[in-house]
Amino acid sequence: MTAPDWEALLGRTSFIELDARARAGALLDDGTARELCGPFDHLDSPWLEPQGVVPQSDDGVVVVRGRLDGRPAVAIAIEQAFQGGGIGEVSGVKIASALSLATRDNRDGIPTSAVLLLESGGVRLQEANLGLATVAEVCSAVLELRAHQPVIGVIAGALGCFGGMSIAAGLCTRLIMTAEGRLGLNGPEVIESEAGLAEFDASDRTLIWSIDGGAQRVRTALADALVLDDVGALRSAVIEAVRQGVPGEHRSQRIGELRARVEAVDPAHPPEPSGLAAPAKGAPPEGDG
Amino acid sequence: MTSRGRTWTHALADGAVGDAVPSVITADGTVGHDVARLIAVVPDPGSPYPRARNGEVGLREGLALAEAVTEVVAGDAHLPDDRRRPIVAVVDLPSQAYGRVEEMVGIHQALAAAVDAYVSARTAGHPVIALIVGQALSGGLLAHGGQANQILALDDPGVVVHAMHKRAAAKVTLRTVEELDELARRIPPLSYDVADWARLGLCDRLLDVDDADDPTERDVTTVKEALTAAVERARRGPRDLSNRLDSPGARETRVASRRVHEALAAQWRRVRDDDGTAPQ
Repeated sequence: MTAPDWEALLGRTSFIELDARARAGALLDDGTARELCGPFDHLDSPWLEPQGVVPQSDDGVVVVRGRLDGRPAVAIAIEQAFQGGGIGEVSGVKIASALSLATRDNRDGIPTSAVLLLESGGVRLQEANLGLATVAEVCSAVLELRAHQPVIGVIAGALGCFGGMSIAAGLCTRLIMTAEGRLGLNGPEVIESEAGLAEFDASDRTLIWSIDGGAQRVRTALADALVLDDVGALRSAVIEAVRQGVPGEHRSQRIGELRARVEAVDPAHPPEPSGLAAPAKGAPPEGDG
Repeated sequence: MTSRGRTWTHALADGAVGDAVPSVITADGTVGHDVARLIAVVPDPGSPYPRARNGEVGLREGLALAEAVTEVVAGDAHLPDDRRRPIVAVVDLPSQAYGRVEEMVGIHQALAAAVDAYVSARTAGHPVIALIVGQALSGGLLAHGGQANQILALDDPGVVVHAMHKRAAAKVTLRTVEELDELARRIPPLSYDVADWARLGLCDRLLDVDDADDPTERDVTTVKEALTAAVERARRGPRDLSNRLDSPGARETRVASRRVHEALAAQWRRVRDDDGTAPQ
């Protein structure tokens, strides 16, 4: 983004301020959203209460089937306010199963696409190994659906997308971020804790956003579109991303591009994040249907 | 530098062990009637990436894994899919690499490339077998082994499968290590004990060996036989991960997973019938 468009800024409806349920509903076409396995189904985590943690009756993931731009879609939103968006057994299986059901739709001739709203710290450590297992299942399910219809990742903020779910983000057909959104494998606090303050100062917000922030990730082509924090703008961006269809080669398949990224940086003398080059533009990820 | 990943790769290899980068080694190893491609991430004390010198999966390793797996898939693309080579991920890794350069360049994308390659191999019909011989932690396991059709592990105290090492997990969840140990005795997914992990339904076989650090001839035979059986099961089984919810362990421990999966499928069908998108 260059100079701020003040009219757009003042006239917007913030997406970041919405909770997961409202976010999923806001992206789909008016009147089409139907939540599946909602709070009244009481599918909460069996592992939290024995640890003295209050469970939530949707386990922090909202699955909404509906239409997007008139076409069948499922929006899957992680609630950042519950357990830091951590993926546990139930929430992980909700995501993976919803994606698999969309894949089955496609095999049945219903072209269902998916939107993943990724605000997550990664695996929920209170469910450790089962969280890790379900994140692997989510990744697999993204790849299976992605072959049929776009799986669009949205990282709006404020939490950002870290841990295992950042890998899922890297597998999405296209990735949409706001300037407030962040994307990285290891969160700043984790790196500081593992490797020390000199490696990463987790209190340095400028540093964090210069590396993980949406503007940087889009500039270096690790995400595709930088969008203003506005409900209408995000919905339009998601519709546009779905319209572009399934690309011939996805970002996570472009190994040559990844190699170029890695080789461009000398780890002994890394550039400042602002000096990090974007990989040479190949064919843009245009779809063929 | 020795590591269990390196030791077991050499023990299972028919001949030379190669490497594209010092930290990712590959070899061919006979498994039943197949010649499997073995892949392991190993320590590289001389790595230019200081945060990835102990066998962590970093930028270089994610990329090398993706390339090694993709090479096998491309090489067998002309074969009928039931004749494609098994890929054995020999797993012994402390974690993903925690570093600033890694984050800046996009380590999540390097790991995504590895995940993509392994899933592509599995869906193309390659039996993908994870053989856990040491540590299998966190993002490292997601990138290397986590997408296998079949997961085998040595039944040995040095084998640890977990989302995060104990000290850090205690810190993040605001507990002491002692409290975490106490909870883990009651809550199986929290446990660092491989036998508890094996009961979650994710482990297809736990293998008894005499010496996990320096395998005997009998140990190698045990593991080769287990790999052969796992390849057979993989070829007969689904190419997605649905078997992980259907395993005997999962039926006991992942009751919630199975309930969610069924409830979501039932509600999905109902909504699909209602909104007119159901197939004619």
